[in-house]
Amino acid sequence: MTTSRRDLLAAAIVAAGAAHDSVHGQEHDHEHAHQAVPSDPALRVKALESLLVEKGLVDPAALDAIIDTYEHRVGPRNGARVVARAWTDPAYKKRLLADANSAIAELGYGGQQGENMVVVENTPKVHNLVVCTLCSCYPWPVLGLPPVWYKSAPYRSRAVIDPRGVLREFGLELAEDVELRVWDSTAELRYLVLPERPTGSEKMSEEQLATLVTRDAMVGVAKVTLPPEGGAA
Amino acid sequence: MNGVHDMGGMQDMGPIQYEKNEPVFHQRWEGRVFALTRATRAWNKWNIDASRYSIELIPPADYLRVSYYEKWLAGLVRLLVKTGMVTATEIESGQPASGVAKAVPALTPDKVPMINRGEHAKRNLAVAPRFQVGQRVRARNMNPLGHTRLPRYARGKQGTVDRDHGVYVFPDTNAELLGEKPQHIYSVRFTARELWGDAASPRDAVYLDMWDDYLEPA
Repeated sequence: MTTSRRDLLAAAIVAAGAAHDSVHGQEHDHEHAHQAVPSDPALRVKALESLLVEKGLVDPAALDAIIDTYEHRVGPRNGARVVARAWTDPAYKKRLLADANSAIAELGYGGQQGENMVVVENTPKVHNLVVCTLCSCYPWPVLGLPPVWYKSAPYRSRAVIDPRGVLREFGLELAEDVELRVWDSTAELRYLVLPERPTGSEKMSEEQLATLVTRDAMVGVAKVTLPPEGGAA
Repeated sequence: MNGVHDMGGMQDMGPIQYEKNEPVFHQRWEGRVFALTRATRAWNKWNIDASRYSIELIPPADYLRVSYYEKWLAGLVRLLVKTGMVTATEIESGQPASGVAKAVPALTPDKVPMINRGEHAKRNLAVAPRFQVGQRVRARNMNPLGHTRLPRYARGKQGTVDRDHGVYVFPDTNAELLGEKPQHIYSVRFTARELWGDAASPRDAVYLDMWDDYLEPA
């Protein structure tokens, strides 16, 4: 157990390039660590968690509570409710665009990685797209944690230089006369796209509308569409 | 640092890999790394800028090769060692050093809702803005070796201040625990043609959040 945890943590350090000299000052140790790099990060994480728990630095029950928050309590359903409210309540929409933090808090949402929200509105003439080219900044309280594609090199690299090509890859062909605004969220402002309400949805309730709004539409890589004829909404 | 993390404008990274009905975490360990990162931050030994910087220091080839939460793991281990929360010897042995009293976790389950409320980078300070909405500005041509949130693709380019977001902590100093240096952030509109040349759409633009120290009058 001791040996394996040692190897696993050493591998994490090597991967990080961290504390390299102090941990692996001797050449044979260095080689040993490389040989020991395990393919399974699950084991490395388990070793680190065990060490931190034994040192009294983390409480495993707190870890469970954090995971539960993002697996079950926070996600794009929150953002969809914000959008549906804005579509059905003009005064709310006005507040949302003027002061997103307060308006989103009215529905009970806010917090980590959404402390300073900005909502940008799509119209027939303007389309908005959100990216973080430097890491993975994303409005957690209204969209949850970001999907892998949002955090990956292809999207981060091309969303700013070829946004129309990116949208095409998502199946969205933007008309040439539409202005495309890309929001590279590299500071602590977090952006949510207010999509266009689909035509034909005039008779739908706020709750029904919320079921139409997707995560992708609130990032700006899709539009909100009505379900096919005979669909559930 | 002109690192590989600064990806805006790079090409040939391949198609976007879209997964339908993607789970929040693909593996249990991803959730544990996410939670460990949040829980150790509760000790206030570092801040979010230091956390991002730690991930940027992953060697470029590794950065491109490993998965997202493996990067988080590497960044976390670096910070734990750097701040002395865990020693290199403990990493070596995988065991707590003997003779050191066991700590009491900073984050208990009852405090999780509190950390979920977030941490605020905005400061209610009367710092005068150096630029006004509507003003033409140029992103400074700077290449710091440390942490910065000024992407390479904008450096030296001209744009227009679209809005003033107020006063925020400055990441370039905050990441290395050298002070918050609070200053205004503006949303600056750069036309696609200014950034990428005449082949870009004349209607498109990139809006970037820029701190005062990243800008100069155009």
